[in-house]
Amino acid sequence: MATQAAKPKKVKGAPVAKKVSAKRGRAGPDVASANRDELLELYREMLLIRRFEEKAGQMYGMGLIGGFCHLYVGQEAVVVGMQASIAEGDSVITSYRDHGHMLACGMEAKGVMAELTGRRGGYSRGKGGSMHMFSQEKGFFGGHGIVGAQVPLGTGLAFAHKYKDEAAVCLTYLGDGAVNQGQVYESFNMAALWKLPVIYVIENNKYGMGTSIERASARTDLYHRGQAYGIPGIQVDGMDVLAVREAGRKVVAHARAGKGPQILEMLTYRYRGHSMSDPAKSRAKEEVQKMRQERDPIERLRGALLDNKVTDEASLKEMDRSVKEIVSEAAEFAQNSPEPDVSELFTDIYAEA
Amino acid sequence: MPIQILMPALSPTMTEGKLAKWLKQTGEPVAAGDTIAEIETDKATMEVEAVDEGILGQQLVAEGTEGVPVNTPIALLLEEGEDESALANVDSVAAAPAPAAVAAPATPVAAAPTAAPVVAETEWDGPTQTQTVREALRDAMAEEMRRNPDVFLMGEEVAEYQGAYKISQGLLEEFGAKRVIDTPITEQGFAGIGVGAAFYGLRPIVEFMTFNFAMQAIDQIINSAAKTRYMSGGQVSSPIVFRGPNGAAARVAAQHSQCYASWYAHIPGLKVVAPWSAADAKGLLKAAIRDPNPVIFLENEVLYGQSFEVPQGDDWIVPIGKAKIVRPGRDVTIATFSISVGRALEAAEALAQEGIEAEVIDLRSLRPLDAETVINSVKRTNRLVTVEEGWPTAGIGAELAALMMAHAFDWLDAPVTRVCGADVPMPYAANLERLALPNTADIAAAAKQVCYAD
Repeated sequence: MATQAAKPKKVKGAPVAKKVSAKRGRAGPDVASANRDELLELYREMLLIRRFEEKAGQMYGMGLIGGFCHLYVGQEAVVVGMQASIAEGDSVITSYRDHGHMLACGMEAKGVMAELTGRRGGYSRGKGGSMHMFSQEKGFFGGHGIVGAQVPLGTGLAFAHKYKDEAAVCLTYLGDGAVNQGQVYESFNMAALWKLPVIYVIENNKYGMGTSIERASARTDLYHRGQAYGIPGIQVDGMDVLAVREAGRKVVAHARAGKGPQILEMLTYRYRGHSMSDPAKSRAKEEVQKMRQERDPIERLRGALLDNKVTDEASLKEMDRSVKEIVSEAAEFAQNSPEPDVSELFTDIYAEA
Repeated sequence: MPIQILMPALSPTMTEGKLAKWLKQTGEPVAAGDTIAEIETDKATMEVEAVDEGILGQQLVAEGTEGVPVNTPIALLLEEGEDESALANVDSVAAAPAPAAVAAPATPVAAAPTAAPVVAETEWDGPTQTQTVREALRDAMAEEMRRNPDVFLMGEEVAEYQGAYKISQGLLEEFGAKRVIDTPITEQGFAGIGVGAAFYGLRPIVEFMTFNFAMQAIDQIINSAAKTRYMSGGQVSSPIVFRGPNGAAARVAAQHSQCYASWYAHIPGLKVVAPWSAADAKGLLKAAIRDPNPVIFLENEVLYGQSFEVPQGDDWIVPIGKAKIVRPGRDVTIATFSISVGRALEAAEALAQEGIEAEVIDLRSLRPLDAETVINSVKRTNRLVTVEEGWPTAGIGAELAALMMAHAFDWLDAPVTRVCGADVPMPYAANLERLALPNTADIAAAAKQVCYAD
């Protein structure tokens, strides 16, 4: 069933493999679990990612963005909910579907968009592109283009947190495609062996490019993938930002307390193709439409905010307007920022010894 | 003003496409994210999604039209509060300005401009001691670990076993399990963990039991360690050392006997060193650990037990990027590295008996490669022989030959000649293995050949 979260199954012998979200299916997000400011901020952040990505898609269409461009539309609740569960000093790393992660980390839309257009004002000064942006200030360590390679890297960030006796954790994101890479399990093993403070957030959007999870994975629920290493796993409704936040807070506290790694499987969905040049023909149109209509993380929270009178239509409209303005300014900036100086071709290869 | 919807580019190579089908008709409401049309690109049929919301005011391109250039307006969208009368205000042929064509900067034929010139180490006039390469490497790590608490060693059997080749002897005892870490047999995993830790500012030394096993980890070495500084616009560095034995040992056959020097020397973002003497092994390893970049440190199993004079004390550093003339001579230059330096010196000794004075250069660093020292030598000797255990194709010798063509062409009195490992997977049989590796006689013969003395 495409529109329902898979039933979590208790795996025999699994440490703690379960689903925490009580709210499932068509039930709205549990707005009682957050205060008004938090709710509005979560909504605003998801909306910013949505509008940013739509704009990026449009600019790609205009030829202003080149190469590969992987949009996050549909998955916003995952990164926004997880970001709300960590603290300053924690680190974040992901693969190439990364614009949402950067915005959620607090990186500026202008700098991200200008990197997409390959301009001087981009986070990597135009030398990284869509898949390669970083902000040490915001704890964001990329932006990596090789499927699964960010998993040992994130495990290494967690290793460094522990080595430096920091109470920090690393959120390491990976997709349902990456979970079949060998280095993921090499990382799981060492993270568990050394009790590293790392949370593996598996964004299960059901498709690795055009291959559905049913055609790629012997078992389609992924929260128990750490079972062999004693890593607890939880399956979460990744289309419900409050459920994500609740699960995130639990596992982050666990990892921060020195109890080792955790796995969160986020059941989510990407509305667009794998990248801008993927026609996404491998999925039925109805499947995507149904997901959008019934499970959309932004619409569901919006409905809950209105139903529970947390806010009103006019306020949300105003928020929408202000988000659009940020995105328009970013798009403007990204087109007006100059290309990198030609001298940049040979800079940043080596650090000065 | 109505919003123009433009013909989108939906692949990195698309310049025009066919408007296959309209999915929204004039007068229909459109929400952001709605599919409004189907476009056939050069690769596939794609759906066009609306970015803005409004009412589809007018279709400007008819269904079925082929060859519609990217960025041509295909429809007009009426915004909130607008009606059809707004359409009259639109100059329907005004396409958005196409992005200016980018003139790619010409790729220079020569290598990238080099950074500040590297200054060679000053001659050591302090006390020395006789040490094996093994002991020198251990001391280098111990001294740097005492100096900087962020330096740690990880790898297979480095701690309790004291190193598969006993290089890390005593380190666990002195620095404890936090800083001398036994890993499982999982090269890609621990190489990546090392790089991640380096991103965060730690200074990992990652030992590969041999570089043959580093092929499991080469994606992390190249894509993560070498390229991240550039891809991040200089924000994130990888101060990490990957070290271990490289090249042939003895009788361990093809999968355990390969020289990776040219593989890593090929990669911008990496530094690559391959010392011969114990003094250089110590001084270069200390430099590598202090270097803010990823350094590939290629050792040689056969050299581990060989003894040399090594400067005493913590201050002995050999800069990366500087070759060393280990035997001066006027007749022919022999440029080589690692274990072949010893063979070249033996060959030079034999050549001297025949009246040929060979200059032997230990390259020590392969990236950056100290071309200047080799070029200056060739300008005096007018002849160059290169020696390496690696295969000839695209090897270090090939690189040196190209550099001589570019910078010493007028001084050459003979073609540059390469002495390399045989172009075969390493055989096991003792006689065949001997034939596959460059030996002293091969080097002497090549030197005589370029001197036209045979």
